[in-house]
Amino acid sequence: MKLIYEKSKPGRRASSLPQPGLPPAEVPEELRRSSPPRLPEISEPELVRHFTALADRTFGVDTGFYPLGSCTMKHNPRVNERVVGLPGFRDLHPLQEEDASQGALELMWRLQEILAEVVGLPAVSLQPAAGSQGELTGLLLMRAYFADRGEGHERREIVIPDTAHGTNPASVTMAGYEAVGVKTDFRGNVDLDDLREKVGPQTAGLMLTNPSTLGLFDEGIEEITKIFHEAGALMYYDGANLNAICGIARPGDFGFDIVHFNLHKTFSQPHGGGGPGGGPIAVRERLEPFLPVPAVVREGDAFRLDYERPKTIGKVRGFCGPFGVFVRSYAYIRSYGPALKEMSEVAVLNANYLLARLRDAYELPFDRHCMHEFVLSGRRLKREHGVTTLDVAKRLMDYRFHPPTIYFPLIVPEALMIEPTETEPKETLDAFADAMLAIAREAAEHSELLKEAPHVRPVKRLDEVRAAKRPILRYLFGEHDEPEGSDEPRELEAQKGA
Amino acid sequence: MSFLSLTEQDREQMLETIGVDSIDELFEQIPSGVRLGRPLELERALSEPELVAHLSELAARNVDTGREVSFLGAGIYDHYVPAVVDAVLARGEFLTAYTPYQPEMSQGLLQAIFEYQTAICELTRMDVSNASGYDGTTVAADACYVAKHATGRTKVVLAETLNPQVRQVVKTYAPGFGLEVIEVPQREGTIDPDELRQAATDAACVIFQQPNFFGCLEPAPDLAAAANDAEALAVAHVDPVSLGVLEAPGAYGCALAIGEGQAAGNYQSYGGPHYGFLAARSEFIRRMPGRISGETVDIDGKRGFVLTLQTREQHIRREKATSNITTNQTLLALAGLVHLSWLGPQGLRELGETCLALSRYAKERLSDAGFELVFPERATFKEFAVRVGRPAREAIREALAAGVHPGYALGRDYAGLDDAVLVAVTEKRTTDEIDLLAEVLAA
Repeated sequence: MKLIYEKSKPGRRASSLPQPGLPPAEVPEELRRSSPPRLPEISEPELVRHFTALADRTFGVDTGFYPLGSCTMKHNPRVNERVVGLPGFRDLHPLQEEDASQGALELMWRLQEILAEVVGLPAVSLQPAAGSQGELTGLLLMRAYFADRGEGHERREIVIPDTAHGTNPASVTMAGYEAVGVKTDFRGNVDLDDLREKVGPQTAGLMLTNPSTLGLFDEGIEEITKIFHEAGALMYYDGANLNAICGIARPGDFGFDIVHFNLHKTFSQPHGGGGPGGGPIAVRERLEPFLPVPAVVREGDAFRLDYERPKTIGKVRGFCGPFGVFVRSYAYIRSYGPALKEMSEVAVLNANYLLARLRDAYELPFDRHCMHEFVLSGRRLKREHGVTTLDVAKRLMDYRFHPPTIYFPLIVPEALMIEPTETEPKETLDAFADAMLAIAREAAEHSELLKEAPHVRPVKRLDEVRAAKRPILRYLFGEHDEPEGSDEPRELEAQKGA
Repeated sequence: MSFLSLTEQDREQMLETIGVDSIDELFEQIPSGVRLGRPLELERALSEPELVAHLSELAARNVDTGREVSFLGAGIYDHYVPAVVDAVLARGEFLTAYTPYQPEMSQGLLQAIFEYQTAICELTRMDVSNASGYDGTTVAADACYVAKHATGRTKVVLAETLNPQVRQVVKTYAPGFGLEVIEVPQREGTIDPDELRQAATDAACVIFQQPNFFGCLEPAPDLAAAANDAEALAVAHVDPVSLGVLEAPGAYGCALAIGEGQAAGNYQSYGGPHYGFLAARSEFIRRMPGRISGETVDIDGKRGFVLTLQTREQHIRREKATSNITTNQTLLALAGLVHLSWLGPQGLRELGETCLALSRYAKERLSDAGFELVFPERATFKEFAVRVGRPAREAIREALAAGVHPGYALGRDYAGLDDAVLVAVTEKRTTDEIDLLAEVLAA
């Protein structure tokens, strides 16, 4: 379909704006815009149709099953959208006086209290904008904490298991630390022998996702805690998989000092095609003085912002963080109350049910019950039929499912990482399992169906290598020579009347 | 609650298929010593009507900009958000999609991101834009990281007229990046290019804001030239809605253009979520942080879009990535694209002209009422600083009692400006409301 810029026609517009009838005010000539930006010139009817057509070519949880492992693609309740749109939240300026924003402050304070209870750590900062920013914030807290103790120069390393999300080592580098890898053992737990060798006086901390990206709870967690605490190091809990254990176990109780939440995973902030998210962190008392400012505090019946934190690391984002995300997640948790535990129980039940239905057709690298997600390997299909996990993923699209996360975690060859979440009915799980089983049969009998998939999407398989080799990252308005061959597809598309 | 879909019968059948007697058995891998063993101490569940009532009660205790005449800005603005933005963002396909890892499932979203990138490149006259950053503060830290690796230098220079929160965030990130941060003081409301040139020696980048935090127009081409003289990257932090009337950073020699997107398409929402934008000249393409959508073709040669240049990113490069950013602000950036498309080039220019005309009117009215502009010699865009003849906080309190919020008390961030208010005038304000502001402050 055409780009909005290709639908543009000089003289059209959708906007109408107030005309105050004042004499024009001029910008000094050397600072004045010399040539206008080529924004689309389009009428409102065409504008609405354009974005409706784009929506039609996009698949969300509202469209169908989206078992993207480690992303917790659960239903996003619509009541949350209603409350976030209340003018008292939506049109509230972040620098409004404190006595004129008591409702917002109270909501944040209440959310802090809830998050503290869920993970068993007393102090919360809502400020980080996303999980990876929560990670960076946590690592900066470690830096500040050790610097304050005079151990800053000595402790340079952060230990990260080989199953970790890529954000962990990337955050470590951004925080000025060095990442040290640790292996996974035959049960899918952190290899304790390897871990003991990697931890010492040079260690600042651990970053652990538990349950891990294999969907397994680390059975050696008590020993891991012992190793780090004896070394005087801190423990960071990557909360990407918190959806598995709410109300069942709390990272603060099993030794973690810093936890980040992914409000857009566990607590149902819609992912919005990539964001927004929210990455609050909770910490133990000894780290509280270093948290970002401002802190939201309660004094009697009033709430206020506290900037007087002499040891603070500073600010990681503007204002108090992504407030609209807090409104949605607060509403979500209040819809559950203490039954948040049932949310996690059903997430784990759904995952284990799917696993039970799929374990014979695909390989299961670690033969255990899973938590809220599980990882299968497509290795056998590749070996026996020359069909890859990518082919399986693309074929799932023909069955109207979003594929799971693939080729991650890195330690499982041909990995398929499946997270159904608690909100899916059994019928959907069965339909997905049936599709996966049918695909495994097709791999043996009609492997071309997989290799040529998808067949029913607006485009067929896309050339990602070409996109990276000859990057076209914006519309060029026909003004430059485009990379060779690139005008041909447009002609083709035009011939099809697309 | 009603977000779960399993019946009792479903549960029994599923447990049987799994081969366990109870859900508890599935949790046996969690050592008993670390289990909670008690219910979470949370308030009882609320039904949907109760939930709406509770949140409505909280919302009603906030004074939003619909309940007073607001001239509050300082980085977040009460611009009009067109109805089409709400309509597009309510589409569940956009709202409830994840990052488009599987491009064939997300062509609409990837095309929208590509169109957004194009809009940002057009506004800023840059070659490449990412799919968005968290907000207008973190994109400044991102720019420093790009500059550090592009130049091999370890110092960054910030204008004192750059939004204080942006400076604070850069300073928070700096120790991890191994960067030293120095600031260049303001002179009569703007930065002196010669002073900046001196400071920029051996710097990786220089970040200034146009219009700056005081609303004043910096001599931006001279500031960029000063940075370029020192071979530091010139980074302009710009207001997207100003770029119909103010020159684009790419036209005066900047290496990167960054900014807070809220003014274009996002509600104030007590400070977030909004989107930050980051655009650069083509030589920095492979150092860009974050997601980027790129054009390609499918096996039939038909145009399509994918997330591209992913070898920069954390899920491939891990500790060697150009950034740890994963989640971004795509939905808010989509709002920006819809808003900018609604405006078009003509509307964007008119919006800028209206802000210019109304804010000039406000300056005149306040001057007439006896108030002194803090920087009378400087041209401004939609915001300006005015001395109110008494402590600003006091003046604000008094005005609030009359239903007017005059603006931001600059003394919070700048010494010697305790009597100064930063007044923002968007296209939503009227001459009558400006008259009221002057009247209330003078009372």
